[in-house]
Amino acid sequence: MESLYLLIPLSVLLIFVVGAIFWWSVKGGQFDDLEGPAYRILHDDDAPQKERPNGDGIQKTQDSSSDER
Amino acid sequence: MDNQATYNYKVVRQFALMSVVWGIVGMLIGVIIASQLVWPELNFGPWFHFGRLRALHTSAVIFAFGGCGLIATSYYVVQRTCNVRLISDKLAAFTFWGYQAVIIACVITYPLGITFNKEYAEMEWPIKLLLAVVWVAYAIVFFGTLAKRKVKHIYVANWFYGAFILAVTLLHVVNSAFIPVSMWKSYSAYAGAVDAMVQWWYGHNAVGFFLTAGFLGMMYYFVPKQAGRPIYSYRLSVVHFWALSFTYMWAGPHHLHYTALPDWTQSLGMVFSLILLAPSWGGMINGIMTLSGAWHKLRTDPVLKFLITALSFYGMSTFEGPMMAIKSVNALSHYTDWTVGHVHSGALGWVAMITIGSMYYLIPRLFNREAMHSIKLIEVHFWIATLGILLYISSMWIAGVTQGLMWRAVNPDGTLTYAFIDAVKATHPYYFVRALGGLCFLSGMVLMLYNVLRTVTEGKAVDAEIPAVAAHA
Repeated sequence: MESLYLLIPLSVLLIFVVGAIFWWSVKGGQFDDLEGPAYRILHDDDAPQKERPNGDGIQKTQDSSSDER
Repeated sequence: MDNQATYNYKVVRQFALMSVVWGIVGMLIGVIIASQLVWPELNFGPWFHFGRLRALHTSAVIFAFGGCGLIATSYYVVQRTCNVRLISDKLAAFTFWGYQAVIIACVITYPLGITFNKEYAEMEWPIKLLLAVVWVAYAIVFFGTLAKRKVKHIYVANWFYGAFILAVTLLHVVNSAFIPVSMWKSYSAYAGAVDAMVQWWYGHNAVGFFLTAGFLGMMYYFVPKQAGRPIYSYRLSVVHFWALSFTYMWAGPHHLHYTALPDWTQSLGMVFSLILLAPSWGGMINGIMTLSGAWHKLRTDPVLKFLITALSFYGMSTFEGPMMAIKSVNALSHYTDWTVGHVHSGALGWVAMITIGSMYYLIPRLFNREAMHSIKLIEVHFWIATLGILLYISSMWIAGVTQGLMWRAVNPDGTLTYAFIDAVKATHPYYFVRALGGLCFLSGMVLMLYNVLRTVTEGKAVDAEIPAVAAHA
């Protein structure tokens, strides 16, 4: 029974902490756009950087990937 | 400094590879203890006894296999979605070596019988302290990286990872409160029913925030990436996160139905467990519907099969769980192997499959390869793993319900119909089927290890460059 004197206040406190973080994130505009972020991670190209045919190293593909965007 | 222009993939590689290795170790111990239940002669001496190996199995699969997978993917996702390198390479390296030290300490001490005697938290106090330090370092690296992000919006996967890291810190600290009596022995600061309630507040929230929130972070990144489609509803994913965060903490008492815990607490736990069905299924539907319009990809892409099957098992076990939390159902299922089957439908079906799928996505990219060495082997792995899970959970359903019915059966004169050993005998064949299921799942992991090793040797460890942030982001 005494454990509830610890766990219930702790859990209630946690609800307020979660609520505060929620409030802060809404105010901060985190959830203003609820469409774009889903597409954004798909635009991030994490495919392997291409190797040169002779295999002597890694060719930078940063320029080409930003063109695609 | 080229350090600032690239992502830190080194620590991701380390955790990703160790996740596969620990997966094999943990599941091998699982097959061993499953066999010990079929053939008790396999309990050799105190060190190789079921009672000690069982704790090693649960900790190895949850915290070593699952934990390394979570840390690897969280480091990857936070970097890629924030367009920024981890704040500190040294601290990140410390989290890797520190975490491995914790695991190895457990692997040594558990078979020696050194235990704190709390389920899923058996490590003794020196290891607990080390874990706390490592975990705080992990939190600093993760949140520090988040804080210096180049993209204003925090992608939903990071919210899940963040909740997982914070909640685990709190759970570990509260549940680990100990009174040391010697270097390798300490006692819980709580006693009796209080101790039990703290333990299951910890235990169930470990399921909620380690095994659910963490892996949902994985799901919200790797399912859209592998499918090449945005998440079905980003709005729903945000609602999913907040609904889970607000309601999860209260479900623990369902582990203590019909015990010394006050009755109203048990009922409260039951009600909150039922409420949890809503956000869980919201998330499950959100993940699966991501494939809407692209279902054909499931035919050809075994990595996607892993991810989507994981979601199906997530939906199944988050339905089964609340049902089992209902007190009248629990009266039948409690202390039987039904619970074990339920746990493994979540652990193998959801946690392991989402991790395996994510690793098959991640590992080639970490070693500069287009794809894994063999796609065919992934396909074989998928089917053998699915078969293993089905054998495991169906045998445990039958065994569990059989046990529950036999234990409660009474004769007209009020005496018990069956002795305990009768139920043990009735369960024996299902234990064999369970061990077989586990062996299937383990063989799949061995195929994975081979596939990973081939991919690693053919590839090259390269840290990807950080692309410029797109203007509209």
